Amino acid sequence: MAEVHQTLDARNLSCPMPVLKSKRALKSLEINQVLEILATDPGSMADIPAWTRTTGQELISAEERGPRDFRFLVRRLN
Amino acid sequence: MNGDIMTESIPQSAPAPIVSEEKPKRMAIIASAGTLDAAYPPVILASTAAAMDMEVAIFFTFYGLNLIHKKKSKKLKVSPIANPAAPMPVPNIVGMIPGMTGMATWMMNRWMGKANVAKFIELRDICLESGVRMIGCQMTMDVMGVKAEDLIEGCELGGAASFLEFAKDADITLFM
Repeated sequence: MAEVHQTLDARNLSCPMPVLKSKRALKSLEINQVLEILATDPGSMADIPAWTRTTGQELISAEERGPRDFRFLVRRLN
Repeated sequence: MNGDIMTESIPQSAPAPIVSEEKPKRMAIIASAGTLDAAYPPVILASTAAAMDMEVAIFFTFYGLNLIHKKKSKKLKVSPIANPAAPMPVPNIVGMIPGMTGMATWMMNRWMGKANVAKFIELRDICLESGVRMIGCQMTMDVMGVKAEDLIEGCELGGAASFLEFAKDADITLFM
């Protein structure tokens, strides 16, 4: 289990806010620290991974815990 | 003889390999429409592209200039006339009745709010904070009598050449 250094509550936000807030939160972390993102936007299951791939961050996990209940762990690599 | 000189002038050791920082991806958008529904796509894509480490510029031309107009951008509207996809689709003859544009705008704002979509102004602010270049079309300003001080803080003024200089190296170019 990766240690979570910060949690971003992006629940009840629509595209593109979960990605925009994730970017802002990740920038506040040190390299190698882990951001937990909570989201309800079903589009985030596609968008958060697309964002991490494009920006070269590590997507540790992307879970669908229930309907409109998503959790992501992202490690800052750059 | 010449050969010797040439050989001497070539540096003996190969130059250190250039550690090439990969050039950031670039997106160039032309925003040409000034209605509430048309206001969203440029700022949604621009703010997201900035979050994906891209360089972004939006060129606001013709009615698109309203999107960076201090006053007009606060009261963008959507019209039900000739717009079968409007929040409240009505026959054009009904759409002409005074107040119908206001009603369609109110409905759209309500729907967007219910779906937790961020407000246009909020997305535009994020664009500016994240380094999106906003270029107001000088020619449109002259045509419409818009002054530099009528536009929001943080935007630049320019013309076709300013946009093209940026767009010539763009990976994504969109006209909206």
